[in-house]
Amino acid sequence: MEKEHPQRKWQDYFGFSTDHKVIGIQYLVTAFFFYFVGGALAEAMRVELATPDPDFVQPEFYNQLMTMHGSIMLFLWILPAGAAFANYLIPLMIGAEDMAFPRLNGVAFWMIPPGGIFFLSSFFVGAPQAGWTSYPPLSLVSGQWGEEIWILSVLLLGTSSILGAINFVTTILRMRIPDMDIHSMPLFCWSMLATSALILLGTPVLAAALILLSFDLIAGTAFFNPAGGGDPIVYQHMFWFYSHPAVYIMVLPFFGVISEVLPVHARKPIFGYRAIAYSSLAISFLGLIVWAHHMFTSGTPGWLRMFFMATTMIIAVPTGIKVFSWCATLWGGKLNLNSALLFGIGFLSSFLIGGLSGVMVASVPFDIHVHDTYFVVAHFHYVLFGGAVFGLFAAVYHWFPKMSGRMVNETLGRIHFVLTFIGFNLTFLPMHPLGLQGMNRRIALYDPKFQALNELVSIGSYILAVSTFPFIINIVWSVFKGEKAPRNPWRALTLEWQTASPPIIENFEEEPVLWAGPYEYGIDIESVDGDEEVEDMLAEVGSSS
Amino acid sequence: MNIPSNIITLIAGIALTLISLWYGQNHGLLPIAASEEAAEIDGLFNFMMTIATGLFLLVEGVLVYSVIRFRRRKGDTTDGPPVEGNVPLEIVWTAIPTIIVFILAVYSFDVYNTMGGLDPMASHDYLASHDHHQMVATEEDNSHLVAMDGEQVALGLGQSPYNEAGNSLVVNVNGIQYAWIFTYPDTGIVSGELHVPVNRPVQLNMTAGDVLHAFWLPEFRIKQDVIPGRESELSFTPTKVGQYPVICAELCGAYHGGMKTTLTVHSAEDYQQWLQDNTIAQTEVDGNVALGQ
Repeated sequence: MEKEHPQRKWQDYFGFSTDHKVIGIQYLVTAFFFYFVGGALAEAMRVELATPDPDFVQPEFYNQLMTMHGSIMLFLWILPAGAAFANYLIPLMIGAEDMAFPRLNGVAFWMIPPGGIFFLSSFFVGAPQAGWTSYPPLSLVSGQWGEEIWILSVLLLGTSSILGAINFVTTILRMRIPDMDIHSMPLFCWSMLATSALILLGTPVLAAALILLSFDLIAGTAFFNPAGGGDPIVYQHMFWFYSHPAVYIMVLPFFGVISEVLPVHARKPIFGYRAIAYSSLAISFLGLIVWAHHMFTSGTPGWLRMFFMATTMIIAVPTGIKVFSWCATLWGGKLNLNSALLFGIGFLSSFLIGGLSGVMVASVPFDIHVHDTYFVVAHFHYVLFGGAVFGLFAAVYHWFPKMSGRMVNETLGRIHFVLTFIGFNLTFLPMHPLGLQGMNRRIALYDPKFQALNELVSIGSYILAVSTFPFIINIVWSVFKGEKAPRNPWRALTLEWQTASPPIIENFEEEPVLWAGPYEYGIDIESVDGDEEVEDMLAEVGSSS
Repeated sequence: MNIPSNIITLIAGIALTLISLWYGQNHGLLPIAASEEAAEIDGLFNFMMTIATGLFLLVEGVLVYSVIRFRRRKGDTTDGPPVEGNVPLEIVWTAIPTIIVFILAVYSFDVYNTMGGLDPMASHDYLASHDHHQMVATEEDNSHLVAMDGEQVALGLGQSPYNEAGNSLVVNVNGIQYAWIFTYPDTGIVSGELHVPVNRPVQLNMTAGDVLHAFWLPEFRIKQDVIPGRESELSFTPTKVGQYPVICAELCGAYHGGMKTTLTVHSAEDYQQWLQDNTIAQTEVDGNVALGQ
């Protein structure tokens, strides 16, 4: 059957395409390129921090590394990687031929490579050194051109993000096959609805802040510059109004991924579909009213700190519902401990720590102690690496057979998981005591009493660097030489597994049939018809490819 | 669902509770607590650590148990049981976190209030503060005070409602790249290090000369950004004689990591001695300058 349909040629992946599958892979490969760049910057920082003195790079350059590492990992790695899976999966999961606005989709992607390259070029004129937060007045007095390049790149990447979000919302709401109502669509789609809402509401505010900052920087205005009567605290409010929701923009897509990966490989229905779906929306809404918890030691009065403490703590409730529901999904299942599920479980165990420390830093009196310390660095890496990146690797291993038509090597995948898990915890766990003991963040030189733990952190980061090699080898080898993948190697129930691997250009030979809910595993045990077990039905679907 | 027998569950629950209670008090993660406020915050942290340890052990325990107990056996291609949810269980794990965060919020609010975070004198109109602390506004920082007309809230931690007002030692703090400058308005002493007597409330009135900085005392668990063109405030009562680091915690440039100094908490007599020595030294310096002119 596949032979009748033309496949994409390799050239298609290097030009302007309107096919959401091509665009999804373009996003993913681009994101991984910047992941390795951002990772290399992080490794340079860890080499510097292996000793207390600033002896590896100049402190100015350290601040450039730190600023670029943060900005690249957020704007050019996790955000595009989330968009990659959203692009690839949403039309397939809801049985559509493509996104609602295919050309807009192509435009959105093609803003990223120029934005990223422009951003990297700032190293030639002196990269920005005011941190990814770019707080004025420091951002106005350190490295003017690097800072302006940072602003313009982020504006470009933010525009791309908005265009993507418009596409996701429209596609999910308008293009599902008729049988699929909103409560029978995969949870990944729910999480992308929540994500897109945040992108659409938050990003314009960041753009406004950055445009005003840009005026201060090159036109000499004083919106945020206290030297001319401006207020730097207003910038912080506007910045965090986007940038706290941005954390959820980065992690919600991978909440969706986990809700897809766990049931398939645990062979059990998702536990509490509606609770998980609605908690995504609750997180999205609450995420809009917690921004000032980044400002508990800033220019904020006591009553405001108390308000944002309360709203921030409430987010623990919907997040807790998700974590407990995922654990209950695993409980009693038949866990196939392949690379995808291992990363899924790794996500649960790491994200949990980030969530617990998140409730702690929500408490104003405690946050006053740990704000801007390594405790906070540990916290957000447990959320964004332990959460988003582990989820992302789970997604790569889970959907690689669909995207490439080949299976991955499970042995290399498991080695990748073990190295990543060890390296990750060795890197970020010791940062908690470091921060509590008094090590502040964003410093190129530190008190020698912190050296022992910092050495441990640096060793962990080297293991993390090594862990990417089995991954790269596995992916490159599998793309060309991997075992051919059937349509549905995981016997999964969502629609993307009903088409060929890789899917044909029009996605489906004929409109897919919704013969089971997305997570109705285990119906073979108490089969309603009794004639045909779900295994046989699945086997049929698999053999027809 | 495969639920282990009640006895085992009960024993596991008791063990988990005991370990959490023990670890919450014995984690040893915080540096020494050198002020009244620090002891309050440590109590709060220990409480959060107890709950976090319990939840950590519970969830990681479920994950480890599941990986061992529920891993797919070779040749088994069947599915797990079709359990799609359990409403009572979901209500329980919605309600318990809600109650926990409610308690935690109330507890945090109380600690913050005790620390002076909601001090009406620290959340007053700025002009009122100006009248109240006439002494504070010495000549050298008049420039930034003038810039602040209109009503403005002073920011940071004020007096604890449990302290009798009036006997605070007031010190003006100015943060610049990459140093702290302390001015004692009562005596005119200007110093690069902070010296205070033990057991007397200290009030720092802080501002910055160039970019944002943050004044952090890890052993006192308090931190407040200092902002150019604005005044912020920190109050604390040292309880232990000794030397403690003062750290800048807000990125302020390349040598941000080097922007630190020392806080020395003296006994009452030693503090008087220090005051005397430095008042004389200061007069001498001023005298020499005058002579030189």
